[in-house]
Amino acid sequence: MRSLLYFLTALAVIGLAAWAYRENHLTQQAMNERGALQREVENLGNAITIQRTEWAYLNRPDRLRELVDVNFERLRLVPMTADHFGEIGQVAYPLQVLRSDYSTAVEVFGDLQDLSPQQEDAP
Amino acid sequence: MIRTPLRPLARVLKARETGENPDHIEQENRRLRLENMRDAARSQAEGRLLTLALLFLCGFVLLGARMGLLAATEPLELRVGMVEDISSARADILDRDGRVLATNLPTHALYAETRRMVDPVRAAHELARIFPDIDADRMAARFSDPQRRFIWIRAQLSPEQQQAVHDIGEPGLLFGPRDMRVYPNGRMAAHVLGGARFGQQGVRAAELLGVAGAELFFDARLRDPEQVNAPLHLSLDLTVQATVTEVLEGGMHMLNAKGASAVLMDVYTGEVISLVSLPDFDPNLRPAPPTEGEPADSPLFNRAVQGYYELGSVMKSFAVAQALDAGAVTPQSIIDTRGPLTWGRFRINDFRNYGPQLSVKDVMVKSSNIGTARIMQPIGAEAQQDFLRKFGFLDPAPIELAEAARARPLLPERWSDLSVMTISYGHGMSTSPLALAAGYASLINGGRKVTPTLLRQDSVQAGAQIISAQTSQQMRLMLHQVVQEGTASFARIPGYPVGGKTGSADKPGPRGGYMKDAVLATFASVFPSHDPRYVLIVTLDEGADTTGPEPRRTAGWTAVPVSAEITRRVAPLLDIRPVRLEAANAAFEAAVQ
Repeated sequence: MRSLLYFLTALAVIGLAAWAYRENHLTQQAMNERGALQREVENLGNAITIQRTEWAYLNRPDRLRELVDVNFERLRLVPMTADHFGEIGQVAYPLQVLRSDYSTAVEVFGDLQDLSPQQEDAP
Repeated sequence: MIRTPLRPLARVLKARETGENPDHIEQENRRLRLENMRDAARSQAEGRLLTLALLFLCGFVLLGARMGLLAATEPLELRVGMVEDISSARADILDRDGRVLATNLPTHALYAETRRMVDPVRAAHELARIFPDIDADRMAARFSDPQRRFIWIRAQLSPEQQQAVHDIGEPGLLFGPRDMRVYPNGRMAAHVLGGARFGQQGVRAAELLGVAGAELFFDARLRDPEQVNAPLHLSLDLTVQATVTEVLEGGMHMLNAKGASAVLMDVYTGEVISLVSLPDFDPNLRPAPPTEGEPADSPLFNRAVQGYYELGSVMKSFAVAQALDAGAVTPQSIIDTRGPLTWGRFRINDFRNYGPQLSVKDVMVKSSNIGTARIMQPIGAEAQQDFLRKFGFLDPAPIELAEAARARPLLPERWSDLSVMTISYGHGMSTSPLALAAGYASLINGGRKVTPTLLRQDSVQAGAQIISAQTSQQMRLMLHQVVQEGTASFARIPGYPVGGKTGSADKPGPRGGYMKDAVLATFASVFPSHDPRYVLIVTLDEGADTTGPEPRRTAGWTAVPVSAEITRRVAPLLDIRPVRLEAANAAFEAAVQ
């Protein structure tokens, strides 16, 4: 009985040692991976910063103004002034496009007496 | 320890005499001895148990404390290669819509480790080829000097230069990562941003420190590790700033002015939408402070914030507002304007004779010095000081720029009755364009105190009520009339009714007195005049309109047209709907009733 206990204890110690060894290596591997990821994040962050700066530099007001001048023939961009504002009344209603093909059955709701022959023929 | 015998002879003899069994004595003694031994063993065991328990307790307390500490601290990942505690991190600065005003760009610095150099002389000559300002022989001498191990060569490199240095193939030339402060918009808003420089340098990083402007004012905030990822939002609008700069620069050149400034401010929030001072500079290549000449003529000088000038007639609005608010006059009151007004040896004159009398409204519209002085005369020095202090004219304007606190207004040493009169029309006291903008904002926004700010605000400032809403309304109408009938007729632009007041101040000469042909022209305007949302201050330093037979230097001919063009261009960008003049007039009439 006692020797069995000793044997099991020794087995447990060996098992735990193997587990700890494996865990240690997994941790180190994870740390390496994290380091690599961190470097990647840092590089991507730098890349984003560079792109953002470049974007801001390309869109700087001086350059945009020069581009407007260079492309005036084509785009005819002018500074916005009060004339460019419109009244709401100046906006046209969208033209109502009526269906013209009544070859198939059409579902209609409403009072029958509202329906006059002229309307039926209208496009 | 003395062992007690099991059968002491004296007791055995005594027992024998009395006929007792002497064995009982032995048993008795044996029992006592065993009891003693048992007690000793127990106390020893108890002591050991206690020690062990204490040890375990210590262990558990230690583990518990460590666990608690781990649970309480911020989870922070170990940074790879983060050995030096110099950080180059610095938060971005954005405008109110999130456009980049200042950011960091990764780049590299060049240094040499002389012990690892293979051919120092060749390296020095190759470097001199890449960087023309390096003297090859001196650099070779420095490389060969056994005292030196480490030499900084360049603080920042362009990618092309870095490649060229790589191509030298010298193992002793090494690159250290650096962050560089970049202002992608160049000269835009240069005076607000200021500039940055390198502070403490390490191999892996170098500190970035603010030099001037908002970069210096917010230096701690921008470098704070906790807020480094949160960009700083300024109140500036890049589009508006660019437009104001463009128009002001054009006006300055056309009118041959030696300097100009413009401040555009929201009258309710106090946000500075645009702040321009010309001539300006490129914050990417911030010039060194001038060692000779007038510092106020340097491009580094922020005319809108540091420039305290006697601004002239634009200050009349405050004198008139004070008289109106005190109930001393109404806009229709008649003021005696017969001139010249003499006070001791001092004479006050008008630009031209406006007749024997004018209404208070016409004093403003025609800009009569005599009229304003007469309005202010009975009110007195103390009340005038209190009034101007409430508007913030007696203290440096509180704005988030490092330079602002160093400049202060020039005030008369003794505030005499004569000072009261001259200050009423803007002479004898200096004011910065920024302070003037804040003053006008408080004057026409309904009478609430406005503190200028460069930070984006989410809500309207709830400042103290410093003049009544009625006075504020009367001032709106008067400023509107100045443009419609008076000295600022060039400010009439289609779609946007403008109100404003001109000011043309003779500049003080270098040897006292005033110069006759050097005028600082100012136009303080508000738009739309019937429901003001923005105040715009434009100043031109020594500008003159030379299209006529003789140069015209008054603000009506210089600052007003420039300001009008700025308003015409900027108002649509600020989402202000154009209105017809009749609608604005109707709004004024409705407000009067």
